[in-house]
Amino acid sequence: MERTEIKKIVDEFLIDEFEIEQDVIADDAHLIDDLGLESLDFVDIVVIIEKEFGFKVQREEMKDIRVLADLYEYIEKNA
Amino acid sequence: MDRRVVISGVGIYSVLGKNLEEVTNSLYKGTSGIGLDQARQELGFRSMLTGKLERPNLKKLLSRRQRIGIPEQGEYAYMATVEAFENAKIDMDFLEKNEVGILYGNDSSSIPVIESIDRVRETKDTTLLGSGSIFQSMNSTISMNLSVIFKLRGINFTVSGACASSSHAVGMAYFLIKHGYQDIVLCGGGQEINPESMGSFDGLSAFSVRHDQPEAASRPFDKNRDGLIPSGGGASLVVETLESALQRGADIVAEIKGYGFSSNGDHISVPNQEGPTISLERCLQDANMAARDIDYVNAHATSTPVGDTMEARALHTVFGDGNTPISSTKSMTGHEMWMGGASELIYSSIMMDKSFIAPNINFESPDEDSAKLNIISKTTEKELDTVLSNSFGFGGTNSTIILAKYKK
Repeated sequence: MERTEIKKIVDEFLIDEFEIEQDVIADDAHLIDDLGLESLDFVDIVVIIEKEFGFKVQREEMKDIRVLADLYEYIEKNA
Repeated sequence: MDRRVVISGVGIYSVLGKNLEEVTNSLYKGTSGIGLDQARQELGFRSMLTGKLERPNLKKLLSRRQRIGIPEQGEYAYMATVEAFENAKIDMDFLEKNEVGILYGNDSSSIPVIESIDRVRETKDTTLLGSGSIFQSMNSTISMNLSVIFKLRGINFTVSGACASSSHAVGMAYFLIKHGYQDIVLCGGGQEINPESMGSFDGLSAFSVRHDQPEAASRPFDKNRDGLIPSGGGASLVVETLESALQRGADIVAEIKGYGFSSNGDHISVPNQEGPTISLERCLQDANMAARDIDYVNAHATSTPVGDTMEARALHTVFGDGNTPISSTKSMTGHEMWMGGASELIYSSIMMDKSFIAPNINFESPDEDSAKLNIISKTTEKELDTVLSNSFGFGGTNSTIILAKYKK
């Protein structure tokens, strides 16, 4: 799957599902510091990744994801 | 030294209305909140009757994180709590600076439990349950959610005592405040109304099947009653010391004068006469009152054949032929179960405030036991200084609370 398509899907669920303002979404946006996500939100991100991209997420692998670009890259590698 | 305990604000989201004003009008007019739910027929229910209530939309009121752990009955409880705090003149600034506790009645959270089990069985992947499921599933869901939303830092737990849950919650708060352990406690009860939560109850044939007359189906104390109608919503009360309420300039809704309780120690579903009698007597004793001092009784009476008979006998034992006015607002609301104790204290306090007795609608013909009581079947204008409210539940748990109009 192309990075642009992944970005579109991820950005859309961050805006719709997580109610994050569009203007804070950027490749270098920190998931916790900039987007305001917290530990419980990562559980829901896993659910959405599995549903949208069809692969099983290992929670340990999520530990290295700090900014949005890391999340796009992780999905790109696995989807 | 004992401290005086008052209710300084109430809020209600029920089948009679979505706020105090709407509920007051319905109580006065004797409006029924009962209707039919086709989904129950499709699920194989014996009874399609239920209280009818729309779920509130909390999207504009709470953040995603605040909403995600709240089940249906928590939504109702939240709406009622917003109204109760507002009426008690308590805002977020006050909550951040003062210790307020929560004791809320709730005894089930069916949909989140059912949905999570279905999903795990289907997907074999617990991660897919998401982060909100656990907080929605637990019995303490309302107290845990509201305590976080409203930054409550005092006592915090849920009281599960079947259909007396929220009456006991108010009773426990009253004890804690009276004896100096807490100054302010948010109390109340929440009750889910979805069909899935009522299936096992329907299976006991406890519900009315008067499908041709939904509004006449709930008929507590009437000779031709044939069962209760499940209902629900949310009811919240701010319970606190008289001193703290006055300090804040809050209007006093009522003073809590007494709490009585008992357990039948008998059958799990069939009530008896002795348990409720003890609860009534203990409450009067705690309030330092005699039965003749009570101006109005809000009965537990749910419209079941045996339950109403046992309560009628207990009331007659305690009140004798004193002609004390009695009505069951469940004739209009149906049985609000875990929420019923709290909501009926609110209904009673409305009556006390507006000087009327809400009718026990559908009371047309008494039976042998209800004939001995003064059941009020039509709205009656009356000055009320003291009201008593009963709540009983499965397992033989009984609770009674006496409220009085605040007097210096």
